[in-house]
Amino acid sequence: MAQTAEPQVSTIAEQAVSGVDIELEHVSKNYPGQRAAAVEDVSMHIPAGEIVIFVGPSGCGKTTTMKMINRLIEPSAGTITIGGQDNLSLNGDELRRTIGYAIQQAGLFPHMTVAQNIAVVPGLLGWPKQRIAARVEEMLELVGLDPGEFHDRYPRRLSGGQQQRVGVARALAADPPVLLMDEPFGAVDPITRGNLQDELMRLQAELRKTIVFVTHDFDEAVKLGDRIAVLGPQSTILQYDTPDAILANPANDTVAGFVGAGASLKQLTLMRVRDVQLTEEAITARCDETCEEIRQQLDERGRTYALVLDDRERPQRWVHIRDLPAATTLAEAGKPITDWVTTQSTLRDALEAILAEGGSAVVTKEKGRYAGTIDIHTVMDTISDLRGSEPRRRTGDPA
Amino acid sequence: MTSALTDAPAAATAAGQEHWAETGGRRAEAIRTWFQPLVAGLAVAIMLTWVAVGHFDEIEVQTINFPTIGRLALQHVQLSLMITLLVVLIAVPLGTALTRHWGKPAAPLFLAIANIGQAAPSIGVLVLFYLAVYEAGWSSFWIAVLPIAFYALLPVLRNTILGIQSVDPTLVEAGRGIGMSRGTVLRRLELPLALPFVLAGLRTSLVLAVGSATLATFVGGGGLGVLIDTGYKLSRTPVLVIGAVLAMALALLIDWLGGLAERFIGPKGLR
Repeated sequence: MAQTAEPQVSTIAEQAVSGVDIELEHVSKNYPGQRAAAVEDVSMHIPAGEIVIFVGPSGCGKTTTMKMINRLIEPSAGTITIGGQDNLSLNGDELRRTIGYAIQQAGLFPHMTVAQNIAVVPGLLGWPKQRIAARVEEMLELVGLDPGEFHDRYPRRLSGGQQQRVGVARALAADPPVLLMDEPFGAVDPITRGNLQDELMRLQAELRKTIVFVTHDFDEAVKLGDRIAVLGPQSTILQYDTPDAILANPANDTVAGFVGAGASLKQLTLMRVRDVQLTEEAITARCDETCEEIRQQLDERGRTYALVLDDRERPQRWVHIRDLPAATTLAEAGKPITDWVTTQSTLRDALEAILAEGGSAVVTKEKGRYAGTIDIHTVMDTISDLRGSEPRRRTGDPA
Repeated sequence: MTSALTDAPAAATAAGQEHWAETGGRRAEAIRTWFQPLVAGLAVAIMLTWVAVGHFDEIEVQTINFPTIGRLALQHVQLSLMITLLVVLIAVPLGTALTRHWGKPAAPLFLAIANIGQAAPSIGVLVLFYLAVYEAGWSSFWIAVLPIAFYALLPVLRNTILGIQSVDPTLVEAGRGIGMSRGTVLRRLELPLALPFVLAGLRTSLVLAVGSATLATFVGGGGLGVLIDTGYKLSRTPVLVIGAVLAMALALLIDWLGGLAERFIGPKGLR
């Protein structure tokens, strides 16, 4: 999969958005015989080409809200437009053929082969046989299953993760602009789930559908969502914003409670080292410089540590001023760098490296060349900025 | 392809277990498949040999001859097949209707009626029906077939309902969710997935039909029951034995065919 993903990465930017806007206006659902509405007056705009996550506790009406988009559940009041078209303007069955739908445990039809499962919607739409056959192969490739191996298998002979991939392929087979996913990765093991999430993000970068994704797992929401709608009872929108904004500023205690412990750490996984200002104050030295030269430099600037780079500017070792008198060459003085990060790493990885290295971590850019250092204060200031509070004052020289 | 790596061991173990089960169970499988038809075939062969070479008195000879036995056996098969056909034509659509949201409320009523049909002694149902219609001039074939069909209805009806009800509701919703109409869901999901249940019910109904068809003789419907009835009334044991053994062998053969159908007609992905 990683191999097939590679060439597509470069085209992400040019890839056109194939999704369409979804607009919910004052949508409600009342079930007869129940006083309280299941969904009460929900209005929201779901932008084209984005993954919007409905997240909330069980029974909050998030699935009901999603199912009203494809009218598996008919709204009692309000209107839903998909790409500017009222979803009541089509017959329900025809509407659903134009909207992808993937559910927990995939919901594959056990008496149909993988290929037959994927071919269902194109078949319902009356595509010619050859086009369906070609599309099935294409979809299997897309979700990373070898057509030769999986085409004629029955779902029973697939692992949970493979079933889920076929479920996604089935949902996307007729190339719908909108994809609804109801806790699709809820029933697979954590490792497979992580892989499926990565896969979905790769697919989405390529396809740019409008995806409505229901989950009760906030971490999943943070990982996948362009936007997250945190829903409360009766599907009331407690907060609807980007993952960053929700983590930084939960709208109220309920949202904060749902975000859960470790919000700061979750936030750090959203940010990359390249997004923050690196410290470039460290004194650097090349391997071939003499110990005496470095000592002079450190003395002049009143510093205690220097970073030794090799002839391709790759960081090698930290050298303390005390190490220098005893050392003969810089290539062997001080202690080697054991943990470092790249500009692509998340701030969470950077924090880990900082803790391991003691105070600050080395950052490399392309080809492993030295880019600067990142220290604990940078990380803390970033969090503070995100939370909108006063940045902490820097104290002293980190190195 | 990390996930494929993690998926692979699970798939391999599953395949391994299946392989083990296949080789280990092959002999048992063969015995299960061929024992019953062998017994039935042997019984038929012995009876037919006896008919061919045995010495019978002149009363016995009137029924113990190949043309008569052939005609009665054929009648018996015709009765059984017509009963089964009726059962399928009535019970499958009825059972399906009773699982639709508009038909559900009536399900207990129809199950109760079918249950009466099966619980009441079949000879009773048969004779009562005969008394009810014998003045209407119906052919004895239909007078025999209809009540026995009623008697054999329940297994198919009950299993059709059970089969459709046991289809995972998330599959139905998945079908609806990707744009299948209610009719398409029934035709492409519910009925195929219920088929193993329906076939199991049909097998039971078939056996009931073949067995009960021996009673057709009491309303003049013919069949192998004629031999049993004649042999009993005239105290001719050979006639009775030949009729009874042939009826039994036919039931075993039909049951065997039903079993084969269950194994080979059901949806592939479920086997």
